[in-house]
Amino acid sequence: MDRFSWTNSRTELNETYVIEQRGVRLYDGDEKAKLNVGTAFLTTHRLIWGDIKYEDSCLAFPLSQIIFIEEQAGGRGKSAKIVIHLHPAPENKEPGPYNNSKYSYIKLSFKEHGQIEFYRRLTEEMTLKRWENTPISKPISTGTGSQGGRTRAVGIVGIERKIEEKRKELDKNISEAFEDLSQLMVKAKEMVELSRSIANKIKDKQGDITEDETVRFKSYLLSMGIANPVTRETHGSGTHYHLQLSKQLGDMLQAPLEERGGMMALTEVYCLVNRARGMELLSPEDLVNACKMFESLKLPLRLRVFDSGVMVVQLQSHSEEEMIASALDNVSEKGSLTAEEFAKLLGLSVLLSKERLLLAEKMGHLCRDDSVEGLRFYPNLF
Amino acid sequence: TMRRGVGTGAIAKKKRAEAKYKERGSVLAEDQIVQMSKQLETFKSHLEEFASKHKQEIRKNPQFRVQFQEMCATIGVDPLASGKGFWSEMLGVGDFYYELGVQIIEVCLALKHRNGGLITLDELHQRVLKGRGKYAQEVSQDDLVRAIKKLKVMGNGFGMIPVGGSYLVQSVPAELNMDHTVVLQLAEKKGYVTVSEIKESLNWQKERASHVLDHLLKEGLAWLDSQAAGEAQYWLPALFSELSSRDVSPEEANQMTP
Repeated sequence: MDRFSWTNSRTELNETYVIEQRGVRLYDGDEKAKLNVGTAFLTTHRLIWGDIKYEDSCLAFPLSQIIFIEEQAGGRGKSAKIVIHLHPAPENKEPGPYNNSKYSYIKLSFKEHGQIEFYRRLTEEMTLKRWENTPISKPISTGTGSQGGRTRAVGIVGIERKIEEKRKELDKNISEAFEDLSQLMVKAKEMVELSRSIANKIKDKQGDITEDETVRFKSYLLSMGIANPVTRETHGSGTHYHLQLSKQLGDMLQAPLEERGGMMALTEVYCLVNRARGMELLSPEDLVNACKMFESLKLPLRLRVFDSGVMVVQLQSHSEEEMIASALDNVSEKGSLTAEEFAKLLGLSVLLSKERLLLAEKMGHLCRDDSVEGLRFYPNLF
Repeated sequence: TMRRGVGTGAIAKKKRAEAKYKERGSVLAEDQIVQMSKQLETFKSHLEEFASKHKQEIRKNPQFRVQFQEMCATIGVDPLASGKGFWSEMLGVGDFYYELGVQIIEVCLALKHRNGGLITLDELHQRVLKGRGKYAQEVSQDDLVRAIKKLKVMGNGFGMIPVGGSYLVQSVPAELNMDHTVVLQLAEKKGYVTVSEIKESLNWQKERASHVLDHLLKEGLAWLDSQAAGEAQYWLPALFSELSSRDVSPEEANQMTP
């Protein structure tokens, strides 16, 4: 921390402001500096830190002082930090908050995040070394140690003003957006109320709603994101969208399922399908609703829910009996197996291997040995 | 002779219903469905106009997203229910959250062998941000929480456990009841907990403490350091991110048993 000098922080000729970040605390080495949380500014020439409560408490050092920088990840209760290793202070350094320090590095602690971008920009400036091309002149009114607060010009206020203007503009945009949003919500609410009225009438069987009209109503609900209040399951319970989706999935998942022993966790399917689509992604509910239709569409896939709650898509061709028999074979051959070992053997995920073993156990073919070393399955010889 | 056409019964029935409704002054459901169809078109165009002005705001501003979500919830609308919904299609909110869902699943899967399927929201946030790269849109913790809530419907045990002012994100179907949760909360300060600490802080008998700790060990959520000076320590990799982020050396691994 003894590398810092007091400064008026106004950006000089040829010096350009790069990025600022609020909520930054300084550390002298590993110890918190006796300063409040403030704002860190990066320019093409200097690293500046200021506490807006005290306009004259601005600190800075030239970027040329930096040897190298590191990132320090945050953890529970700890903010992410950037560690900055510095050359020793030059003889003619202007006075600063610390006269000496046992550390050759400081840290910036990011209490309000922003460390990723700040690190990136700092790295960039250190690569570009723009300060070498355009040296800044010494500020005329630099305070020396004995000067009072007045000559420490209100540079930070200058920067803060720019930020404030930017923020005001953003605020104006945002408040306009909020207003428009509120008006939109009023209209959306009307739609919700209308749909509730319709749903009540359907429930009370008032009027003659055709199957066609029900399907249409459901698609309107889907478009608006209104939960379907009519839970009556008719054979056409899905919307047209989910029907199409179900068929697409039937085609798309055949090969991946075969490769994975006939079964995939629904979350796995979700990632696979959405990564393939790239855009116009499926929501989790879209996927579940489409998979529920496999059976009624007579597609060769099934959505299945295990006792644990885990949901999988499995190929019809991979019957239950086959899976259980193969589990029993594998376990018998090896004497005993854990879910991890079984997973390795079959090239399946641990989650699904465990479900198969549990299923075989449920059917009475396997029994377990549950210890702190793990859950192990043995053939049931009883 | 009476003329009988096909469906005269149905038509007559409808006419009677219409008459009844006209009496009461209320509207038939099927007429309301027609009305809804028209109103939907109008709403769609309002939403299009809103999107043309403010789509960027939603993309870039996490606070605005929070406002948007809360307003939707208040009126009874779920903008993330379907990728086919207007909100998703026109505002692009859907893709943002669904993609986030994919990234969350992938991070949790990649770390499961280390932390048993439990991770702090902080660590998840950091890793998702890292995976998205430097030029991606900003993602707040609120965004993550909403994405996780949506993932629950797929049954893989996604859930959130409050600890130490934030959350632990669970991504496996391990059963964690109140006893387990309160021990996790106790362990949050140091990343580990001992039987004595549980007995002292929670006023439990040894058996109850051991039962909970054994369950956490079995589920791979806790690791046992029996070499610790004094008393055996139960470490939770989810809480001790420094441990999770560097590889455990063979000597350390021998001392710790998952």
